[in-house]
Amino acid sequence: MSFKPVILWTDALVYLLVAALILFAWHVRRNEHLWAPWRRVGHSASGMAALTVLVFFVIIGLLDTVHLRPAVENNSGGETAYSVEVLSLFDVIATPLRTQVEKTYSAPFAAYLYARETIEHPGGGQTREFPRLKFGAAHLQDPETQLVTDIAWRAAAGGGLGLFFWCLAVASLALLLARRSGEAFLSMLSAIRRGATAIPWNAACITLALILVMCGAALALCGSYHILGTDKVGQDVFYQSLKSIRTGLVIGTLTTLMMLPFALLLGITAGYFRGWVDDVIQYLYTTLSSIPGVLLIAAAVLMTQVYMETHPELFDTVASRADLRLLFLCIILGVTSWTGLCRLLRGETLKLREMEYIQAAHAFGVSHWRILSRHILPNVMHIVLITTVMDFSGLVLAEAVLSYVGVGVDPSTISFGTMINAARLEMARDPMVWWSLLAAFSFMFALVLSANLFADAVQNAFDPRVKTLSARVGALRRKRREEPEAKSSPTRTEGSLPS
Amino acid sequence: MLNYIIRRVLYAIPILIGVNLITFTLFFVVNTPDDMARMQLGIKRVTPEAIAKWKQERGYDKPLMFSSSDEGFAKLTNTIFFEKSAAMFAFRFGRADDGRDIAYEIKSRMVPSLAIALPVFLLGLGVYIVFALIMVFFRATYVDFWGVVLCVALMSISSLFYIIAGQFLISKLWHLVPISGYGQGLDAAKFLVLPVIIGVISGAGANTRWYRTLFLEEMGKDYVRTARAKGLPESIVLFGHVLRNAMIPILTGAVVVIPLLFLGSLIAESFFGIPGLGSYTIDAINSQDFAVVRAMVFLGSLLYIVGLILTDISYTLVDPRIRLE
Amino acid sequence: MNAVLQINDLETILYTEAAPVRAVDGLTLQIMRGETFALLGESGCGKSITALSVMRLLPDSGEILGGSVRLGGEDLLLLPEAAMRGIRGKRISMIFQEPMLSLNPVMTVADQIGEVLQRHFNLRGAVAQKRIQEILNQVGIPDPARRMNEYPFQFSGGMKQRMMIAMALAGEPELLIADEPTTALDVTIQAQVLDLMRNLQQRDGMAILFITHDLSVAAEIAHRVGIMYAGEIVETATRDAFFRGPAHPYSRKLLASLPGRDKRRQGLRLAAISGNVPPLSHEFVGCRFADRCDHAWELCHEVAPGWTALAGEQQVRCHLFNQNWGSGVREQQFKDERRESAAQNSGKPDKSDTDTGTGLLNHESGVADSCLLSVTDLKVYFPIHKGFMKHVAGYVKAVDGVSLEICQGKTLALVGESGCGKTTVGKGILQLIPPTGGSVRYGGLELVGLERNRLRKLRAELQLIFQDPYSSLNPRMRIIDIIEEGMNALNIENDSKASHAERLSGTDRNKVDKLLDSVGLSPETKWRYPHEFSGGQRQRIAIARALAVNPKLIVCDEPTSALDVSVQAQILNLLKELQNNLGLAYLFITHNISVVEYIADEVAVMYLGRIVERGSVDEVLTSPRHPYTQALLSAVPVIEPESKRQVIHLHGDMPSPSHPPSGCHFHPRCPHVMPVCREAYPATSTFSSSHTARCYLYPQEQD
Repeated sequence: MSFKPVILWTDALVYLLVAALILFAWHVRRNEHLWAPWRRVGHSASGMAALTVLVFFVIIGLLDTVHLRPAVENNSGGETAYSVEVLSLFDVIATPLRTQVEKTYSAPFAAYLYARETIEHPGGGQTREFPRLKFGAAHLQDPETQLVTDIAWRAAAGGGLGLFFWCLAVASLALLLARRSGEAFLSMLSAIRRGATAIPWNAACITLALILVMCGAALALCGSYHILGTDKVGQDVFYQSLKSIRTGLVIGTLTTLMMLPFALLLGITAGYFRGWVDDVIQYLYTTLSSIPGVLLIAAAVLMTQVYMETHPELFDTVASRADLRLLFLCIILGVTSWTGLCRLLRGETLKLREMEYIQAAHAFGVSHWRILSRHILPNVMHIVLITTVMDFSGLVLAEAVLSYVGVGVDPSTISFGTMINAARLEMARDPMVWWSLLAAFSFMFALVLSANLFADAVQNAFDPRVKTLSARVGALRRKRREEPEAKSSPTRTEGSLPS
Repeated sequence: MLNYIIRRVLYAIPILIGVNLITFTLFFVVNTPDDMARMQLGIKRVTPEAIAKWKQERGYDKPLMFSSSDEGFAKLTNTIFFEKSAAMFAFRFGRADDGRDIAYEIKSRMVPSLAIALPVFLLGLGVYIVFALIMVFFRATYVDFWGVVLCVALMSISSLFYIIAGQFLISKLWHLVPISGYGQGLDAAKFLVLPVIIGVISGAGANTRWYRTLFLEEMGKDYVRTARAKGLPESIVLFGHVLRNAMIPILTGAVVVIPLLFLGSLIAESFFGIPGLGSYTIDAINSQDFAVVRAMVFLGSLLYIVGLILTDISYTLVDPRIRLE
Repeated sequence: MNAVLQINDLETILYTEAAPVRAVDGLTLQIMRGETFALLGESGCGKSITALSVMRLLPDSGEILGGSVRLGGEDLLLLPEAAMRGIRGKRISMIFQEPMLSLNPVMTVADQIGEVLQRHFNLRGAVAQKRIQEILNQVGIPDPARRMNEYPFQFSGGMKQRMMIAMALAGEPELLIADEPTTALDVTIQAQVLDLMRNLQQRDGMAILFITHDLSVAAEIAHRVGIMYAGEIVETATRDAFFRGPAHPYSRKLLASLPGRDKRRQGLRLAAISGNVPPLSHEFVGCRFADRCDHAWELCHEVAPGWTALAGEQQVRCHLFNQNWGSGVREQQFKDERRESAAQNSGKPDKSDTDTGTGLLNHESGVADSCLLSVTDLKVYFPIHKGFMKHVAGYVKAVDGVSLEICQGKTLALVGESGCGKTTVGKGILQLIPPTGGSVRYGGLELVGLERNRLRKLRAELQLIFQDPYSSLNPRMRIIDIIEEGMNALNIENDSKASHAERLSGTDRNKVDKLLDSVGLSPETKWRYPHEFSGGQRQRIAIARALAVNPKLIVCDEPTSALDVSVQAQILNLLKELQNNLGLAYLFITHNISVVEYIADEVAVMYLGRIVERGSVDEVLTSPRHPYTQALLSAVPVIEPESKRQVIHLHGDMPSPSHPPSGCHFHPRCPHVMPVCREAYPATSTFSSSHTARCYLYPQEQD
């Protein structure tokens, strides 16, 4: 199948971000003092578990970022035409999920539709009954009797496959570690199991086991069932949930990318130069931050909406239009949220500029630019990093609320917000359509919780003042290990003080 | 002291002007009034007359910033910018698209907003501080550890879910209180219980954790060691010394939001059908009623600035170091 | 005699991220009633942790593993926490180092003292109020009835420490633990506080555990001393016995590393202890000091020494004194040296001109009296913004008309208490803070108002070394980058091509190696980051950084005040050596008189933005003329047990430089104040070609 690659705006920025991250990681790895705090992040069990989940989410998000337009079968020969529908790599992989669309709601693992339909019997007469689904459990002759065993069978097979891959992964990890430390493979394996490794690999492995088993089962089932049901227009909720991940990730990361230049530049210059520069920048951020955030975002989004409505000629595909709206949302969130970080950076720079090494640089006649880039910037980076990871989860949550308010992503973009919004309308329906909500809730909770736990580990490693979750766990473990006991001092001295 | 307050009030003026400038740019420069009219009246097949009428009804039929056709001051005053700004500062917000007076609506909707927001605020402050203190009291034990775990978990749940789950469980399943609606007087209480409880719970994770951090930071200070060296029991150290000092950032942080309570909560009000300013704003956003949104933005900023001034005053009340200097 | 406090084999461990640290490791001591026991030691040797262990107030990461702490026979470590609370503040009180941090900022003084009375005596209301006034009166707070209802921030540093003492006294304790109670205070205030503590002890007869790093403070206040090293006490003795003849090699080195005039007269290098305190995270096999000890032999590395009793109450933990190990010969030789070093310390050298100093000090030769830097009437004012539109309501006159000269290869010490503006003088001279007025001429060139580019060319000549070795190096830069920064910044301006070529040929790199070598660090260290170095090593790096641009004058802003004495000795030695080899001139800003005695050629004494007295070191320090100088010098604690100096007590604190007193700034505190002092600032009085002071006690010169 031939295709034409498409790079949407957010795609380009995500690629940029990934490139920047790889560069950053490379730089950090080369400098021991930059690497040390990251090693501390690695020593936190909750942080490692969270990271494993995050990596899983990021992989899905990245797959969903590579966009293309597949070629359309063209009988007129010669030129290949490309579909107007922009698909992502993920869409292509999940083609069965994407294309197996039912008529309307159906519950998870259901064989029948959730709504009665009038069916004309061939022999005349009509009844209102729940019709069979077109795709869900379509392979079963008699769903009533076969459904449970079939699901269990497939889930077990998928889970088993997941477990197999997990064993492979753990074995190769142990092999790698054993090779590196020169230990025997089996002793390394038991070290991982006991949690005796410096990096708590056991936490990562347990998380990986959960993910792989669930993935295996889900993959085995999702071809023939709608494992999380379908929504109003019959689309698979599992597919939607997976698609929402990218939206969440994009909002959480690109917003930060948007606000960083503002916050860094303005915060550092205000703190460093003081005087009127400081006054102007302070005025700027006080003014901007005095407009309540949601209202400012709402107003700005409304205005971009108007702009996009009145200039429809700017967008060639639906996807690029929705994408641009997502980008605008990131920009608006970024512009409205740089003030907090800016204030922090200004305060820190004010402190730093009185540091003696800055004074020493002045005494050497080092230029302002060099002082800013060599002395101030590297010393505020930990604040930037902590803020960035801490903001991420907040932004993912904010997207849902904004979409609910009606100033979030484009309605055609699948996101947690739009999922909840659509599901909410069916709240009053009796019996309730609960699976959309539950799916959105679980995925979002997993994403945000792991982001929060990871942020906690990062904060703990980079900011020695904060004793957060992971530090506490260490303290507790230690306390338990060394219960206070009357310990006689070893005979190290030959005599004691005569008194 | 009085001097100080007057100065703070005077500082607010340039900020308000700045806010006004930002909102004006957003609402009138990014999109011209013509664009807005076209948008409102339907993109296609709009006659110029209809646009002119739409603009004239709303007073948008003037030059934006500078009127070259007028004389003297009128060059500046006979513009959308001046007229709309001046009206804002005089609290004349004009009419909404449905023809109602915005200022009147705001006035009448403040009470229901406050009826939810104030209890959430007060109850929340108390509950979070108590929980944070409990965690600090049992620091480095499993109470603290699981408390933080719970906080992080609570933080990771969207507020939308709290509302949906609350409505489903308490109203729909157990039929304890009505799902949504609002009543007059004491009758309102039964409608308010659920939103207030949910409001408190949805803020619990982040706030409790934040207060705990504040308390712990305060616990590490030297004067706490001094207090212990005096032989004071841990409870007095905690309540008499640590709490008193930690209350300075907590209270002043809380004071900022007090005026903003009038604005209510956007989602809670719309979910629970409470006729407050939050649901008013949401409706305006959904129906793209620019005049209402603009009025709310201005009002919000004004209240925030009032909050800042109150914060400064509260500092002088709480902290003797500032009061006596 | 009954011991008030008896600590046996105390072991306290601190859990850190890396490894548990045995902060206190088998410590034994006892304190009698009415006795002051000074626990002496350098930073990180476990003094404070000992005190906190006694109080059972260790941080969360600390844990007492073993031993006993008996207070009048009762083992505190076995008490339940509730009973322990009855002892804290009642039978044992504690005062801490930082009075500004140790008081609750939002409670009035009366409330904070009242808590003790209520907790331990159940006193409330008027009775308590009366008692509080009484206590405040005892610690010398003027007008206690009014001031007791004020908040800590309304008191000066010295007053706050009095508050802490008042709070400690409120429980009428048997034992007072004072953890570096005067370290954060100026000498004149320190003298007041030490005096107060001595008087209170004489009256109440309590025992004091006095923790300090300052040998001369210990000499001043202690009855007995214990020297702590790496978690254990290595020597205990009565004060007199100790300062007359310290036994342990560590104690001897410590005493010998103190700077002073006598050492300078004899042209001695200060005795520096090589190496660092060993990390306490591992178990020790032999003597903890063995690696740094000049007298160590195999036994020292293999077996930890036990206690050996010497004459009197003196006891030492060192194999040199242990008869059982058959080290008689060594002992004899060592004891000779001991006598010698004690003699040096007491200021009576028995060898008139030693040649031990490797000919370091030859300051007579540098007579080339070409003045490198001359500062006239330097003023640095900081505006105070006030009122509605933040108009300038007044000025903090941090530096108000300072004049001084520094000649090539000479050291001028600028002495004064904190807040007198001495640091601002240094920064004003280097144009790091633009002066408000006056002139700074360097080699005939006026620096004030010089444009940035031309000033930059001169930057190489004038350099700076800071007080805090931890904040003076950028933690994110490697040593090589730190040292090269100045070279690059300044060379680029001079001749960029040459320097570029030079860099290509690698001479630049060699220069860094040479610089590190000249400050006593190995060249490999240049690839490392500052956090891998100790305080003294960092200060060496800072010196290398300044030297990199070949300066002629270095402003040293309290370069040793954050360092332990043994490290201070290393740095002072280095600075002297560099001066001799390179002909550097120093403006040495300090509050430490013994450092001045050792390193300075000339002294200028500053008080509240002005220089009150200047002259050569001998003139100023032996015959001070200005009452402030006299008081300052008398307040400096000294080690000589025989000296019966009379401390001149100054009342009150230094006034704020925003509202200096009229006339002579010193008149409100001056013991010789006359009516004329209140009217106008006195003119100069000249005593010799170099010695001048500004005081009405002496004939005034007409300008």
